Amino acid sequence: MPSGGASVPVVQFRDVTKRFGEVVAARDLDFEVRAGEFLSFLGPSGCGKTTTLRMIAGFEQPSAGEVHLEGRVVNGVPAYRRPVNMVFQHYALFPHLDVAGNVAYGLLQRTPRPPRAEVRRRVAETLELVRLGGFEKRRSWEMSGGQQQRVALARALINEPKVLLLDEPLAALDRKLRRDMQIELQNLQRRLGITFVLVTHDQEEALSMSDRVVIMREGRIVQIGSPRALYDRPADRYVADFVGKSNFFEGRVERVADDSLEIRLASGALLAAACPAPAPAAGAAVSLAVRPEQMILARAAEGLPPDAALTVGARVLNRIFLGEHTEYLLASETLGEFLALVPRQSELNERPFETGESLQAAWSRAAALVLEER
Amino acid sequence: MTAAAGTRDEGRGGGRATTALLLAPASAFFLLLLLLPLAVVIVYSFGERAPAGGYLPAFSFDNYLNLAARGQAFLNTLTLAPLGTLLCALVAYPLAYFLAVRASPRIRTLLLVLVIVPFWASQLLRIYAWLLILGSKGIPALLSLVGIEDLLLVNTRFAVLVGMVYGYLPLMIFPIYVSLEKLDKRLLEASSDLGARPWRTFLQVTLPMSLEGVATGSLLVFILLMGEFIIPALLGGGKVFFIGNALVDLFLQSRNWPYGAAVSIALIAIMLASIVTYMRFVLGKRGQRPNAFM
Ligand SMILES: Nc1ncnc2c1ncn2[C@@H]1O[C@H](COP(=O)(O)OP(=O)(O)OP(=O)(O)O)[C@@H](O)[C@H]1O
Ligand SMILES: [Mg+2]
Repeated sequence: MPSGGASVPVVQFRDVTKRFGEVVAARDLDFEVRAGEFLSFLGPSGCGKTTTLRMIAGFEQPSAGEVHLEGRVVNGVPAYRRPVNMVFQHYALFPHLDVAGNVAYGLLQRTPRPPRAEVRRRVAETLELVRLGGFEKRRSWEMSGGQQQRVALARALINEPKVLLLDEPLAALDRKLRRDMQIELQNLQRRLGITFVLVTHDQEEALSMSDRVVIMREGRIVQIGSPRALYDRPADRYVADFVGKSNFFEGRVERVADDSLEIRLASGALLAAACPAPAPAAGAAVSLAVRPEQMILARAAEGLPPDAALTVGARVLNRIFLGEHTEYLLASETLGEFLALVPRQSELNERPFETGESLQAAWSRAAALVLEER
Repeated sequence: MTAAAGTRDEGRGGGRATTALLLAPASAFFLLLLLLPLAVVIVYSFGERAPAGGYLPAFSFDNYLNLAARGQAFLNTLTLAPLGTLLCALVAYPLAYFLAVRASPRIRTLLLVLVIVPFWASQLLRIYAWLLILGSKGIPALLSLVGIEDLLLVNTRFAVLVGMVYGYLPLMIFPIYVSLEKLDKRLLEASSDLGARPWRTFLQVTLPMSLEGVATGSLLVFILLMGEFIIPALLGGGKVFFIGNALVDLFLQSRNWPYGAAVSIALIAIMLASIVTYMRFVLGKRGQRPNAFM
């Protein structure tokens, strides 16, 4: 990883708010992008991801707060003066230029203009980098979506930006190609050591590629953390729901002990759970989040672990075969409907559960997260 | 198999019949109103003037050999029409740019209507208005108030140019406006993102991508200007003669139809040659992009 200015973040937002008339697209954003990292913004449509990215690029100026690039305030500095480059959502390749013309564009804006031979060499190198060597003379409409994507990438990379901004770069590609490009982007980022900031509403994409993920909701940042931290310790129910699937069971704190809570579910069942860092007060409304893969299913109670927080009888409503996993939709008196994910490996040893079958479900005490309702 | 093939063939046959039917009016129009008269003109151009005027059948090249007698008209047309087209484009572009890029939607509609409004009055009337503006009681009178005396505006090439630019401006504005309007604004952002200052973005993206509109507008205006005769007649006061004026003269005054026919054919030939050259140039520069330009 490049160190450069030691610990100066490449990008820093300080209480940035962006309004479009009445609409507040981004509110009190406060975050930093570290040099060399791969950071993703994740959130549902309209939550302000693109707006945030455009404020880094310089297409939008904040209504309040400060945007810093490499330690300097850049409020009011236009896009063409910022050392960042962007890969646009639908590529925005110049249709009147061929591939070489598109890729060379950034170099040709410099004063003094670099010599022709150097431009040609750099274009060839950069195309090679995105595995498009020899495509110089092609036109954008003569290429597939994936190839156009690579040209857009090469065009943005040739200026060696301090930060590469990517706005849903893979949204237009089919699933298989998207997977390949995800890996390729990740490799490219590691190899070049350039800071990547990516915007997506695809949680799988954000989790699989990024060093850190920023979760946004309605213009605000909800949580920032590594994919693993977000998955294991979501700050609230919104994050738990957005990052991976989760079952939620509502209840009330009955008793707070040293490191465990007793929770009474709406159905009246009482169960124990590990106590979260700021312990909720007795009587507080909480949700209990249990990931489907943490659910343990068995035909008889003997198959369940001894430290189970709660064991309930349930009936299989539906079964979906997902390849390496099977997803079961279950119903129980105590919990209502919930999902369970069973790895194929364990189904090879035992017969899979049938729709309509009655069984026992449980989870271990450590598996359930207690999230305070806000 | 055979049944399916038969159906498909029938279908295609039906499609062809429909196509023919739809093209029939345009084809008939073309044949009767364009090609037929053109054939007549060509035949006439090799004839002789009847003693009392009109046409006498003959086969001679005299009319063509005599074209130089109207050299001045050719020269005027061939300099002022391209110049007028160029000026038209230069004036229209900023206006179209403002309309398409800068103006708020309300102002845009208002201005677009204002651009068309003059077309509701007859061309003759509008040119007469310019005669008044440029004539001795118009601008020269105002200028003499500040000490600039004896300025002759009317009956000059300048007056003809002013009239031509004024008269054909809307035909130039609309195609340019359309090409700028449909320009993807994200391309401008991409250019800026890659480090291009605003004026370089204009030169490298906006301008090349709106050349299509400029080319269409120029073609339209150029063709019409080449055949223009009212504007030079009124604002040029008989001093700035166009081929159009020569034709009016030859057909209606001196009634030398064969010679007039030869001048017409020469004009058509020149126009064809310049349009073909122009299109070659424009298309050649743009590369063979599908769905672009014509
Ligand atoms: N130029 C603008 N003018 C007015 N409102 C805008 C503008 N740009 C964005 N908005 C509004 O700001 C909010 C955030 O938009 P933004 O494009 O940042 O969302 P997003 O998270 O990128 O969504 P998506 O995933 O759909 O692209 C939306 O409510 C949007 O309508
Ligand atoms: Mg967006």
